Amino acid sequence: MAQIIGLPKLSPTMEEGILVRWVKKEGDKVQPGDLIAEVETDKANMDFNLEDEGVLLKLLVKEGDTVKLGAPVAILGEEGEDVSKLVSQASAGGGAPAKQEQKMEAAPAADAMPPAEPKAKAEMPAETADEAETQRLEKAEKPAAKAEGGNSGGKLLASPLAKSLAIELGVDLRQVKGSGPGGRIVERDVKAAAAGVAEPQYDVADHEATAVTALPEVLHGPPPAGSDESATRAIEVFKGKFGPLALKEPSDEYVDKPLTPARKTIAQRLLQAKREMPHFRLTSTVDAGPLGDFRQRLNQLLGDRGKVSFNDLLLKGAALALRRVPECNAAFMGDSIRFYTRVHLGVAVALETGLITPVVRNADLKGIGVISAEVRDMVDRAKRRQLKAAEIQGATFTVSNLGMYGIDQFDAIINPPAACILAIGRIQRVPVVENDRIVIGDRLNLTLSCDHRAVDGALGARYMDELRDILERPESLAL
Amino acid sequence: MATLSYREALNQAIREEMDKDERVFLMGEEVGYYQGAYKVSQGLLQRFSERRVIDAPIAEMGFAGVGIGAAMVGLRPIIEFMTFNFSLVAIDQIVNNAAKIFQMSAGQYHIPIVFRGPGGPAVQVASQHSQALESFYAHVPGLKVVMPSTPADAKGLLKSAVRDDNPVIFIEGETLYNTTGEVPEEEDFLIPIGKGEVKRQGAHVTLVAWSAMVPVCLAAAEKLAEQGIEAEVVDPRTLRPLDDSVILESVKKTGRCVIVEIGWPMSGFGAEVAYRVQRECLDQLDAPIERVTSDDVPMPYALNLEKQVIPQPADVIAAVKKVLYLE
Repeated sequence: MAQIIGLPKLSPTMEEGILVRWVKKEGDKVQPGDLIAEVETDKANMDFNLEDEGVLLKLLVKEGDTVKLGAPVAILGEEGEDVSKLVSQASAGGGAPAKQEQKMEAAPAADAMPPAEPKAKAEMPAETADEAETQRLEKAEKPAAKAEGGNSGGKLLASPLAKSLAIELGVDLRQVKGSGPGGRIVERDVKAAAAGVAEPQYDVADHEATAVTALPEVLHGPPPAGSDESATRAIEVFKGKFGPLALKEPSDEYVDKPLTPARKTIAQRLLQAKREMPHFRLTSTVDAGPLGDFRQRLNQLLGDRGKVSFNDLLLKGAALALRRVPECNAAFMGDSIRFYTRVHLGVAVALETGLITPVVRNADLKGIGVISAEVRDMVDRAKRRQLKAAEIQGATFTVSNLGMYGIDQFDAIINPPAACILAIGRIQRVPVVENDRIVIGDRLNLTLSCDHRAVDGALGARYMDELRDILERPESLAL
Repeated sequence: MATLSYREALNQAIREEMDKDERVFLMGEEVGYYQGAYKVSQGLLQRFSERRVIDAPIAEMGFAGVGIGAAMVGLRPIIEFMTFNFSLVAIDQIVNNAAKIFQMSAGQYHIPIVFRGPGGPAVQVASQHSQALESFYAHVPGLKVVMPSTPADAKGLLKSAVRDDNPVIFIEGETLYNTTGEVPEEEDFLIPIGKGEVKRQGAHVTLVAWSAMVPVCLAAAEKLAEQGIEAEVVDPRTLRPLDDSVILESVKKTGRCVIVEIGWPMSGFGAEVAYRVQRECLDQLDAPIERVTSDDVPMPYALNLEKQVIPQPADVIAAVKKVLYLE
């Protein structure tokens, strides 16, 4: 009998997924455990394995569609069955329960690992740490998703130490059963989860012995016959170093982390840029003193209505300089050079998951305050993955600022197809020569990377000259 | 090192400081001819004469005030209360004069005075004589409050208290006088006021205790060790100024804290310790901080009831199991 297959829960916090790719097509026979599709969840691309056997009679969603948890994605049945009724039922919103929830063995994300599987623990401490952090922050907002860890009342109960430790050891608290009062997750539960102990146990006297007997496997895999002595020595060394209570499973030598769609795109586009675009770079040092004064005056004017950052001023400056040298607002198109008539500035933003470049449209026509607000809003939404595709497309020129990370100067890889990217370093207090005397000045290094096919050295130099002129006489930013 | 009792260590400290500094004198009830109600001043009258070892009438308010006046004009009195229960009669002198004159005289008068004597419940001396008053005094700016738990601490801290230019409330453990321990013999053996000490190392839980509760915690720790639980016993030794670093460091290590005091629970000094621990160690705490205190009642006279009220090693063990979630 044909049945509707709903989108399963592939990560504990997943509420919807993007069906990235169908691996099976309509008419394919499938066996339990077969990979039928890849789904992008809030965490990563996950494999969608089927539990049942049959023929995929109908695929109900297209690649790239966003699907709510449990919503119909396909119809499974016997060959030749009539599915019209089910199709209309599915389109009317009838779904199937997300019953595959527990079948997550192929899932790459750490928190999909049930704590009862010690072997399957080659996970990613850094990422899970982030997740634990996120989870801590989100806890208040999304209590419903947290009810899994044996906690009552839907709120994750964990001692502060358990929380800190979970971050440190890369343990997902939602997967941990609390043994404290009211199901509170306490230190021993987190340690047990980190050590891969199935049932959290706490017996101080036995703790050392348990940890030690678990060690040879942890360190070297199962000990070869006759190697007991060396294994014991290794344990002694290990114990001496970390102490019995501090024992945690040493991570493997490396971790292979599957690429997210975003990471794939970054890799592909930057490689393409580096391979296809003949880069050259022009570095210019700007006197940032006037810009600093200007910013201070603006912020005094604004009072508590907000703040303008150097970045906002530099974005505006970069956009205005493109007005003066529009030839740099270009892209090499193979058999032509495209000169953009509008200035859409891409602003490189570092996220935990990778780089994203929201676009400030018509930045040359917008006031500093508007640019500032737009950037802030987009960065904020980028962090929450709420940017629309249109908001990260169509940059005609890109700005990348690592000044806030303490970088003096750097070369950026061009963000194709646009021909130029501006790399901004930090403002430094340095000795400068002024009227044959050495005085203290504020200096800022700017580096323009250009696609030589579209922009020549002298042209790039003109752009940098105009940009310096604007930034050193920041009143220009108001024009 | 010599093995001394707590009382002998105190006696030595007073004698050495009186030898060293002519301005130091001892005054209190029965300190002279009777050689001290608890024999702390044994032999001092013979050594220093009535001029410097003065038997006072039963009038605490009076001799506390005389001491403060003497301190104002340059002497360095040690005022003995037969027990700190009787200091309640003199508390106005202590709080309103000793603690405040330095500030109210704009620094013209230092008050280098030590008020000392036994405190805390002992055995069957009933409610009026079985009180831990350290929380009262630790509340007052201008006072230092010192509570040694061992003979060595008693000697080193009492010498520091005598040399301090400010009023020091030096509360001795009434049940500790006969306890013995190693005490350094050198004349200038001092323990600085405001410096705590780890009395026992342990990885699983921090016990904070002072004075007579330190041995109780050490006994509990021994029992716990038999079960594989290593308790760290931290003795601040001085309640004001409080050396919180030694406590916080320990709790950051163990993640669990039990504060043991012989006083009443309400507004007890342990509450202040608990506040500081949660403020500085929140992310390291695996369990709510526990306090073990006397029961919230005036002390009963009956021996069985008294034992019920005063914290015993078993109470400490129960609290430790609670913070370790081992109940």
